[in-house]
Amino acid sequence: MLIFEHSRKNRLNYSQAPATRPAKNNIPDNLKRKTVPLLPEVSEMDTVRHYTRLSQKNFSIDTEFYPLGSCTMKYNPRACNSLAMLPQFLSRHPLAPEDTGQGFLACMYELQEILKDVTGMSAVSLTSMAGAQGELIGITMIRAYHEAHGDTGRTEIIIPDAAHGTNPATAVMCGYKVIEIPTNRDGDVDMEALKAAVGPRTAGLMLTNPSTLGVFEKKVAEMSRIVHEAGGLLYYDGANLNAVLGKVKPGDMGFDVIHMNLHKTFSTPHGGGGPGAAPVGVAERLLPYLPIPIVAYEQGTYRWLTEKDRPQTIGRLSAHMGNAGVLLRAYIYVRLLGAGGMLRISEYATLNANYLMAELRKLGFEIAYPNRRASHEFIVTMKEIKDKTGVSAMHLAKRLLDKGFHAPTVYFPLLVPECLLIEPAETESKETLDHFVAAMKEILDEIAAQPDMVKAAPHDMPLRKIDDVKAARELDLVWNPAG
Amino acid sequence: MSVPAELKYTESHEWVRLEADGSVTVGITQHAQELLGDMVFVQLPDVGRTLAQREDCAVVESVKAASDIYAPVGGEVIAANTDVESSPEKINEDCYAAWLFRLKPASADEIGGLLDAGGYQKLLDSEAH
Repeated sequence: MLIFEHSRKNRLNYSQAPATRPAKNNIPDNLKRKTVPLLPEVSEMDTVRHYTRLSQKNFSIDTEFYPLGSCTMKYNPRACNSLAMLPQFLSRHPLAPEDTGQGFLACMYELQEILKDVTGMSAVSLTSMAGAQGELIGITMIRAYHEAHGDTGRTEIIIPDAAHGTNPATAVMCGYKVIEIPTNRDGDVDMEALKAAVGPRTAGLMLTNPSTLGVFEKKVAEMSRIVHEAGGLLYYDGANLNAVLGKVKPGDMGFDVIHMNLHKTFSTPHGGGGPGAAPVGVAERLLPYLPIPIVAYEQGTYRWLTEKDRPQTIGRLSAHMGNAGVLLRAYIYVRLLGAGGMLRISEYATLNANYLMAELRKLGFEIAYPNRRASHEFIVTMKEIKDKTGVSAMHLAKRLLDKGFHAPTVYFPLLVPECLLIEPAETESKETLDHFVAAMKEILDEIAAQPDMVKAAPHDMPLRKIDDVKAARELDLVWNPAG
Repeated sequence: MSVPAELKYTESHEWVRLEADGSVTVGITQHAQELLGDMVFVQLPDVGRTLAQREDCAVVESVKAASDIYAPVGGEVIAANTDVESSPEKINEDCYAAWLFRLKPASADEIGGLLDAGGYQKLLDSEAH
């Protein structure tokens, strides 16, 4: 039921409203609205109950295992939130003079330094507000670098077919032609295709490592050599940084520019599409082009670097400091973890993924890349099960809801038919993983005994099977009053 | 899997029918339709647009994924099936009847390079393993 459907005309909900109205305001008459806005007219108690009920219907990481992992959102430790909400941070004005905001600037500076250290890059800018913006910054810097060197014949960006769709979209937005290279049967980039693709037109390569297939590109050092020898630069998409955090540094793999999704790996909230934060790190040669502002520490004082300090910067991509609150949460997260904690993230994330993969394989699920160790995630393909029984990855995903588990990612990556992309993340206990395995076994038995029941799932949710085809074909997003 | 013998095919799972007037009609194969699942959106090239071979020129979107459609041969778009734009489910119902667009090929050579039904069946068999 929508909140509007609780509405009764002229019902007021005043107890929280200001007791007195401002005597006058400066809004000219011609700008004032003539009609009453269409808002629900609901009592305070009904409003509270409505939203509480909705929250109880929600599947969330606070209530259920959520095998979408860092791909979607890891658990956000409560401490990060409460410390970032200290009034001294909240009441800081973004345009306040530097000398009154030294504490905040110190946090940002230290975050830059920590991210540099953990990724092996020479410098970091925190300004980017989303992974896609991080990509845009990275490729814009690659373009700026080539242009500054008079190297204008480079018109192509090479991207493996396993990449996230944002990579080719970014390259095209930056004016490049995308050269797609295939993946071999083991899930690695096809090296012969890469060698054939590089040349004088190569501006750079965009790579996610570990890839979206959940495996580590073993030949990344060779790839780096091939692209660099052709005069191109390497971009690291940090989508899967969680798997290697503190263990392998993108800088050591030869990358020239990277973005890190703080809302993934560094555990800041990003439900509902934002706000995100995706700091960009660069190797020495791209340092002049980094977007401003950047925090510098000089003679015991923190200050913003501007165009004056960085004349070759690609400029500003967000007002002030990007999503300052998200950056603060990430800063607190890394300070709570310390360097050793950072290592434990990737160790437990990969241990959990490999444990789940081994247990599901034992049950008879087909692993898409069986000869490879999982990174922080792995892929099960339901293709054979679907061919035999008609039960698809989507059906299994819906049945998992009945068992009290959020479904993993389905039908991504596109390279693997009928796939489930499972990422437990480092925060789950062995008992939780075992419960998940037990549920998967139950579903496997159900598929054999009563496939039609599985296909009709979910059975125990507040809503039964949603007609997603109808929903997509007949979008109905705006509520209108009856009549 | 239905692979009509009278049609030509591409490795990117388009079917191509050679018409008596020398034009070609293009759609997506049964294999592609099954893989994508229920269609919810189709975008076709404008009539009059000139396409190079393998140029991406249309989009089909299902509940699972969005997928580009490539021109099997180069040429000018002479018709687009607006019927499937308004009713994308027709591709699921009968993908060989629900054509997407017609081209006037720029050269006959590219048609010769398309797969025949036997060649396409082999491609499907190799992808299955």
